[in-house]
Amino acid sequence: MIKAARLHTLLGAAASAILAVASAEAQELAGSQVERGRYLTYAGDCQACHTDIENEGIPYAGGRGLSTPFGVIYTPNLTPDDETGLGRWSRDDFYKAMNEGVGREGEHLYPAFPYPYFTNMPREDVDAIFDYLRTLEPVRSEKPENELPFPLNIRQAVAGWKLLFFEEQDFSVDPAQSAEWNRGRYLVDGPAHCGACHTGKNLLGADVEEEYLRGGLLENWFAPNIRGGNNGGLAHWDARDIVEFLRDGRSRHTAPMQRMGEVVELSTQHLTDADLGAIAAYLKSLDDSPRPKATAIDQAQQQRGEAIYFDNCASCHEADLSGVEYFFAPLDKSNKVAAEDPSTVIRLILEGARAQPTENAPTPLSMPSFAWKLDDEQVSDLVSFLRHRAGRGAGAVDASEVAAMREYLIEHERSSP
Amino acid sequence: MTRRMPDVDVVIVGFGWTGAIMAEKLTAAGLGVLAVERGPWRDTPTHFPTTFAQDELRYYWRHGMFQEASRETLTFRNNRSQTALPMRRWGSFLPGNGVGGAGVHWNGQTFRFLPSDFVARSHNEERYGPLPDDMTVQDYGVTYDELEPHFDYFERIAGISGQAGNVKGNLIEGGNPFEGVRSDHYPNPPMQMTFSQDRFTAAARELGLSPFPGPSANMSRAYTNPLGMQLAPCTYCGFCEKYGCGNYSKASPQTTILPELMRRQNFVLRTNSEVLSIEKSRDGTRASGVRYVDSQGEEHLQPAQIVILAAYPLQNTRLLLLSQIGQPYNPATGEGVVGKNYCYQVMSSAEVFFEDEYTNEFVGAGALGAVVDDYNGDNFDHSGLGFIGGGYIACWTTNARPIESHPVPDGVPEWGSKWKRAVRENFLKTTSVGLHGASMAHRTNYLDLDPTYTDAWGQPLLRMTYDFTLNDRLLTAHITPIVEQIARGMGGREIKVNHRRGSYDVKPYQTTHNTGGTIMGVSPANSVTNRYCQNWDLPNLFITGAGLFPQNAGYNPTGTVAALAYWSADAIINQYLAAPGPLVQT
Repeated sequence: MIKAARLHTLLGAAASAILAVASAEAQELAGSQVERGRYLTYAGDCQACHTDIENEGIPYAGGRGLSTPFGVIYTPNLTPDDETGLGRWSRDDFYKAMNEGVGREGEHLYPAFPYPYFTNMPREDVDAIFDYLRTLEPVRSEKPENELPFPLNIRQAVAGWKLLFFEEQDFSVDPAQSAEWNRGRYLVDGPAHCGACHTGKNLLGADVEEEYLRGGLLENWFAPNIRGGNNGGLAHWDARDIVEFLRDGRSRHTAPMQRMGEVVELSTQHLTDADLGAIAAYLKSLDDSPRPKATAIDQAQQQRGEAIYFDNCASCHEADLSGVEYFFAPLDKSNKVAAEDPSTVIRLILEGARAQPTENAPTPLSMPSFAWKLDDEQVSDLVSFLRHRAGRGAGAVDASEVAAMREYLIEHERSSP
Repeated sequence: MTRRMPDVDVVIVGFGWTGAIMAEKLTAAGLGVLAVERGPWRDTPTHFPTTFAQDELRYYWRHGMFQEASRETLTFRNNRSQTALPMRRWGSFLPGNGVGGAGVHWNGQTFRFLPSDFVARSHNEERYGPLPDDMTVQDYGVTYDELEPHFDYFERIAGISGQAGNVKGNLIEGGNPFEGVRSDHYPNPPMQMTFSQDRFTAAARELGLSPFPGPSANMSRAYTNPLGMQLAPCTYCGFCEKYGCGNYSKASPQTTILPELMRRQNFVLRTNSEVLSIEKSRDGTRASGVRYVDSQGEEHLQPAQIVILAAYPLQNTRLLLLSQIGQPYNPATGEGVVGKNYCYQVMSSAEVFFEDEYTNEFVGAGALGAVVDDYNGDNFDHSGLGFIGGGYIACWTTNARPIESHPVPDGVPEWGSKWKRAVRENFLKTTSVGLHGASMAHRTNYLDLDPTYTDAWGQPLLRMTYDFTLNDRLLTAHITPIVEQIARGMGGREIKVNHRRGSYDVKPYQTTHNTGGTIMGVSPANSVTNRYCQNWDLPNLFITGAGLFPQNAGYNPTGTVAALAYWSADAIINQYLAAPGPLVQT
């Protein structure tokens, strides 16, 4: 979430002009209002949460269970069904939900619905999304009751949360920056709500301003640091790499998988090159502070890790870790490997991974699971070796971290809907 | 109780290379396509990931990728005086099973047949006079030039790594000077040759021959094909034949077509469903669909406007016979066409053992090799030799898989401590040179239904009656000495020659290049399909695969099989759909 402090420096006056330009551009690209709404619905990745993907649910009919640190929240039906969807909603109702996080009955909405980002969207964009959603086939689909403990199951609790962490606001343009940069920031902080995963959260699940796009942990994935300026996680990525990653699901550095794979499949591959370029330009402008050096990795562990790497990983990722660009991620500079939090790399080794197939790159290049082949000690040696080689001060990991992830994955599989 | 399924435009029987090729082309043309595959679904990360793809016990010894002989096999005899018995364990050849078929576990050696191979009868008779009476060699009815664009397209789909020898009539040093004129180069450069190929190349040049890198469906570099499929660089792990590739480095339906095809709304794949017969319309003039049984044992009738028979050649022949389509071939009279001209290939080799030089053949790939074509097809003068055709000679470094490969020199016992010592001493210091010889059709080699043995569904097994012919024997006797000469020139301590003599033995592995039985040609009197691979009797029945070959050439068949499938798909889309009837008038 963008805090007011960040925005206060921006001048409001020029804002509407540049936004209007950007919107007009989108309008021209997409055609009618409904087309524009559909485009923004893609940009917002609405389909991902509002479809019960695990159970092959109907798009936008809701019912997907989102695991939050506080419990499972089920998403509502966005199709225009009178009883169970948005059938009786007005544009004003919809805007209120998107802008203030307040439902049609006046109830406070859980911020799993990312209104702290959507509040940055201008009324005409929100209306366009609403107009598009009205064109969907109405589907009767009741959402299951949320599985939240007391007192979080009391909607009034959300009011307190909002008081602390939410500020209704309009996007304002920084006239010192280019229209492209402003468009990029609008997309990132507005509809695309990148920070929902990539910004660190406090104990109550709200964005921590200092952690803005520096990476965040959710569902035991570490969504990496995506700041592209000096010291950022994407410092070694060109703007073109970011565009390719979001558009094709392939880049020189890595491919989207799992949750980000969904985002690319359902959202970013449908965006224009101009918008993806704007996102890239904005991310590339974000510097970061240098990372503290982690403790050195023990020589013997490095050697063990290297031997395991050579036997199990080198055939795809190459003996020197340089990978095969656009196919198999180079690991010597990998942002996932070098992340401060090693959750993702441990999880990928245990679970395997699939590069998201897209229109432009339909091959589901996959890495197999190594959970049955490598024990906790071996995985920790391997990850420590990789982190040492990827540099940026990433430290060794302990076998207990691998054991914990393994336990989580077994539990997770057992409890999956 | 047979359940009738909703109509489809096209039903494809069998889902290997040609099933996938047909489905891709016909769905792209807007047709609704349903493929019925006997075996299971198979994809890279689930069924042969790098973590266990290289399991010799599972895939080599226990035949993890092959048709289950306990459910259906074939019976075999060398000649009509014998009683055929069922093959209870595969040996001489290894039919595939499951999605991708044998295209999953092939080596990837991807040749184009020579222009003269497609006109084997007319070309040879013109040059050498009439062929012997019992040699039932025929022309294909389609020419190399007509197939050339389809060869080219398949090579781009499959990302073939190789060195062209003749592009638009310009001869290129280092390529095959005998090949048919190509419209373009291979999409990828040749693979990295090893010690063995270098020695072979030098020895062949010494003899005045023209060696070139084997055209390979193992990727020499990262490659994205025209359908957007990504194929990764080959790691030379030496687990191709009999194995799926976990590294996305070998062209297969899975790596080149399926990810795109499976996304299409107008394509449906039904696995674990075995077609029992092709059904005919009441008046017997058209195929009406197929009857298949699913994994629950339920029988289904799948009506379709077009039926494409794309199973393995042996199975295609059997399905025509079981469905009573076309007249079964009668070797006594030479009449009938279904089951006619079953052909194989005649393979011989020479192993080379080096004294203190390492070949390290475990650094291998299915189609990593150097080849000479000087003794293939009609690339040399056959006057006075008594045979036609030939074969390529190659030094492939496909593998040194420890359970399967333990070459030892002549004179070493077959077991015991002396054998073990010889294996130890030679394992890293050996290679081989092979002859891949053609097989010409003969009146007495054919396929029909077995009178005794049946499969799991109670239907008769296919019966194979086959032996090497005089042509095969003269061919291998003439060219194997050239193999020996090259092998001797490679600088080893000794060589061991493996001749192919005596009758055909169905037990030791030789090659899975079974051809014929549903041959194509110019007349319904002597072929099953016309030049477009369209059945003469039922114009909405098309057939793919090496069963179309009137006789077998001295090459691996997949390139030609694929080109014929693309050629046939093109005819369906651009001719048949406009006027759904016979594409060749009789």
